[in-house]
Amino acid sequence: MSLAGFEVEVQRSKDDGGVVTEDMTLSMGPQHPSTHGVLRFVIRADGEVMKEAIPDIGYLHRSIEKIAEKVGWHGFLPYTDRVDYVAAMFCNHGWSLASEQLAGIEVPKRGEYCRVIADELCRIHSHLLGVGSMAMDIGAFTPFTHAIREREYLNDLFEELCGARLTFHYMRIGGVGWDLPAGWIDKLSHFLDRFEPLIDEYDRLISFNKIFVERLANVAPITAEEAIDYNLAGPNLRGSGVRYDVRKDEPYSVYPELEFDVPIGTGEKGTVGDCFDRYIVRMREMRESCRILRQCVVQIPDGPVIAKVPRNLKPPAGDVYVRLESARGDMGWYVVSDGTAFPHRCKIRTGSFSAISIVPKISRNLMIADLIAVIASLDLVAPEIDR
Amino acid sequence: MAMDAAGLHARLREKFGDVVGPLEGSGRNASATVAPARIAEVGEFLKTDPALRFDCLSNLSGVDYPKQGHIQIVYHLFSYLHRHAFVLRVNAPRDNPQVATVSSVWSHADWQEREAFDLLGVTFEGHPDLRRILMPEDWPGHPLRKDFVEPESYHGIPTSRESLLKA
Amino acid sequence: MSLINTAPEMALTTRVDDLLNWTRKSSLWYMMFGLACCAIEMMQTGGPRADLERFGMAPRATPRVSDVIIVSGTLTLKMALRTKLLYDQMPEPKYAISMGSCANCGGLFQLAYSVCDGVDRVIPVDVYVPGCPPRPEALTEGLIKLQEKIAQERWLVRKAEPVGVRA
Repeated sequence: MSLAGFEVEVQRSKDDGGVVTEDMTLSMGPQHPSTHGVLRFVIRADGEVMKEAIPDIGYLHRSIEKIAEKVGWHGFLPYTDRVDYVAAMFCNHGWSLASEQLAGIEVPKRGEYCRVIADELCRIHSHLLGVGSMAMDIGAFTPFTHAIREREYLNDLFEELCGARLTFHYMRIGGVGWDLPAGWIDKLSHFLDRFEPLIDEYDRLISFNKIFVERLANVAPITAEEAIDYNLAGPNLRGSGVRYDVRKDEPYSVYPELEFDVPIGTGEKGTVGDCFDRYIVRMREMRESCRILRQCVVQIPDGPVIAKVPRNLKPPAGDVYVRLESARGDMGWYVVSDGTAFPHRCKIRTGSFSAISIVPKISRNLMIADLIAVIASLDLVAPEIDR
Repeated sequence: MAMDAAGLHARLREKFGDVVGPLEGSGRNASATVAPARIAEVGEFLKTDPALRFDCLSNLSGVDYPKQGHIQIVYHLFSYLHRHAFVLRVNAPRDNPQVATVSSVWSHADWQEREAFDLLGVTFEGHPDLRRILMPEDWPGHPLRKDFVEPESYHGIPTSRESLLKA
Repeated sequence: MSLINTAPEMALTTRVDDLLNWTRKSSLWYMMFGLACCAIEMMQTGGPRADLERFGMAPRATPRVSDVIIVSGTLTLKMALRTKLLYDQMPEPKYAISMGSCANCGGLFQLAYSVCDGVDRVIPVDVYVPGCPPRPEALTEGLIKLQEKIAQERWLVRKAEPVGVRA
């Protein structure tokens, strides 16, 4: 395919011995085993060292934002799953929050707790895949199979809860679709009892492995100023030392009633904001999610799980910008309503879109293999970038 | 340290006068309209002024309002230092939408503006590299406009499929 | 002189064909062509619980060494052109499995302007696996169907006369 728009200046240089060298222009992707989804990078490299890595996106642009204008408020919920299929509950939650704020609907308490339980389980689900694929990209295949194995147990829980393993469509505008099944809370507690020691096993297996640390420490450090300027979010931002979590700083749902810490990167193995920091923040976040889940299991009240919402919902005209803490960071939903049964505009601000825009800057003078580590540590998923 | 919407708006008015419109909305969704050609200066002031310090452009959305005849670009700003937020709106006429770029102020605006250009056709003056980002290079039209018509086929591949339910 | 499809249908020659087909269907290497959500389910199918390796299937990164391309996920128009290129790079005999609704017919994204409604617009498909996304058991059944299809191929034996040819 043409390199239109990617004309990179190929430099020829003459060594002392009269050897003429030239840069290589490589196209990595869109089909590549370790770009997380269909991404393409046009790399200009001098041997193994990259001069520039320019992302080319849009291979998974499914025009989800335009579809919102066609299918209506309730009908858009299955599409939100596909915005970030690895962490689908958050996307459901975002759209529901935005619609509820526009229409003035209040969610009952049990519904909010069900949402938080689903969210935090989904966070573990997503981080396992992120961390597992990162290990696989670095070259360690076994942690990936461990992660996939644990995800299967989570898939069992999700399947019992809402019938689906990946694209859940669990939440509705006004609450959640179904109440927790009988005995599900006990299964969740059993899962947590089983899973928390496994995070330690994962740490022993890979996190502080010498080769793993060498591959990740001091690679592509992002300072806090750069992270904020490029609008990074979530573990990417916290890995650079910025203590900001939407659940703590602008809480929504029942997060004010729950106790948890927000791990940040401290440069324990290298510089603050390098790939290892972003990785270790994700591992620690999984532990915090387990903590939140245990509190929810104890604190969840009885009652209805969904408010009364008209079938033909027509929120009054206006716009709203809602933020929530997705697995990939601060996800923003800007929704405009014009008073009809169809939204006027829906814009989704995702963590991966910002993360990939910083790749050209931080990947200068890295080796091509380090680019893989950088992409994996930023936890990019193509659907969030392209929507 | 965190200023409320009225305070933020007052400070903007004090510096820029009529370029900044009246305050609309309240709380986190409080917004003000700015003239399209001056948005870069306003952005620069918002980022560098010590009391405001909006160091992050959270979101840049383009919304097409065919009835009002303009395309609105909405900037959601956030300050990690002071933890306050504000919204700016810019209205560009629909037949020739041109807005000053803020990519020199916030680096993330680079890609967001490319997306607004790609999907809505808004030209950002002064943008270093304004080309399509999500759609293919040779795609006709700007898809998120309300009057966009899907092409019949693209490079020989038809874009619609007849229903499988036909007898 | 080629021996392919020249022998009459006898007990010995069909046994040779069966042996060839058995070796080929027990060692199908698939190209990792995970585009969207179905890719995650494909990874889970390759995982410990619903294991694909017990069927002899191994994920390969490049089309040059793979037998099967499992198109899992939505095919956009931008990607469709590259898909044709990748399919052409696979050596014969090759097969294609279309996994998931989006690859079968566009799925729920038929409303989208940028989605190619089904991968059979660009490459010939052998097995369609429905689902959104299909469970690992569904994908495994699709692969077994492909294995059954391969078991009926004729290499040494003359090809059968087509019965009731559709115009």
